Amino acid sequence: MIRVNPQLKKEIERYGDFNANQCFSCGTCTALCPMGLKILPREIFRFSLLGSEEKLKEAEDAIYSCLLCRMCEANCPQGVKISENIRILRTYFTERFFKI
Amino acid sequence: MNQKIAVLTLLSQNIQKRKSALPLPGFIHTRWAKGLGLKRGGETILYTGQMYQIVPYLLALQRRQRGIPSRFSEKLIRIILLINPVINVSFLGTIGAVKREERDYYFGVLKKIVAHLRQNGIEPGYLYEKELYAGTLAHDLGLERVFKEHTRRLLETFKKDGVKTIITVDPHSTDMLKRVYPKAVKGFDFEVKSYLELLVEKGAKGLKAKKDEEVVIHDSCVYARYLDVIEAPRRLLKRAGARIREPRFSGEITHCCGGPAESIFPEKAREVAKNRVDELTKEAKTIVTMCPICHLNLKEACGSGARVEDLALCV
Repeated sequence: MIRVNPQLKKEIERYGDFNANQCFSCGTCTALCPMGLKILPREIFRFSLLGSEEKLKEAEDAIYSCLLCRMCEANCPQGVKISENIRILRTYFTERFFKI
Repeated sequence: MNQKIAVLTLLSQNIQKRKSALPLPGFIHTRWAKGLGLKRGGETILYTGQMYQIVPYLLALQRRQRGIPSRFSEKLIRIILLINPVINVSFLGTIGAVKREERDYYFGVLKKIVAHLRQNGIEPGYLYEKELYAGTLAHDLGLERVFKEHTRRLLETFKKDGVKTIITVDPHSTDMLKRVYPKAVKGFDFEVKSYLELLVEKGAKGLKAKKDEEVVIHDSCVYARYLDVIEAPRRLLKRAGARIREPRFSGEITHCCGGPAESIFPEKAREVAKNRVDELTKEAKTIVTMCPICHLNLKEACGSGARVEDLALCV
């Protein structure tokens, strides 16, 4: 069972131009990721859009392991701003969970 | 406390209080310019963002960190975060662990960049102790409040000195100043150019590679995919007479060196670097980089059969 917060996407969007909803989950990004983590980045975007803060929190390490190298973004057929989305999620984590 | 939060907290303290990710005393981060006769400030300045200067100290910190048994690390982290606002722990941790040859190497890159610029008729100024770090890590790791504060400090420094054109030496600072700052802080209207592009524009005079040297190019992700600086380094190397080899993944599809993961996931960063080195050394034994972070990571992953050289020293 997943607890869903319908406001999560809106809360994340407060930190920038979060365009994860353009992702149609083709998996190109995951296949190309040099970090080799299957959750990066499309599954993380699904959790954000779905409103699953718990799942997003579980993916904390993956979110911070992203190199922001844009290999995925250069090949994304949907033009998702993947690195900027990850950065926005990090800002959300800093303020929501870490309180730094 | 996990390592991630510890690193973020330390970074936040350092950038807010000491205006740098790894705060070095002014006499250290400006030492490379000693004897070069660079004028103070001016309309056109060379901006190092302290990046090349930081690397030998970062290496020293890593060596120190590896020497600490993991059972002490949790306690030690707590003590460090407690005293860091008062004592510059990051710098303190490097004392006695910096290798002279590493420092000379990275300082030497900056000296060589100045020499190249001068050979091409450009005489930049330098802000010396007033030069600030660009805040890249705060931006990339989501320390937005800290980053915003820092952008205002940097803007103020440039404005006070009457700067109009900024010549950058590394991809991360170039991206920050060229793409991020104009959106992040009002009034950031300087002309920003990488020294690579500038040398090409000026005809790339006086460049000379080692005779018949075959080199393989490692494009920086930031230069290639954020800033579209792909041709300039190749032109400089060709002009210098180097024989260039391209790895399977180069230019717009270059592979990352793993560097950005170094601060939080050092082991994973080393794995990515090792894979990249394997890919590169299939083409040539001299790897050319144009970023101090790429240089540091690839060099650490390189065996004895290959070497990593900064582009400024190859031409």
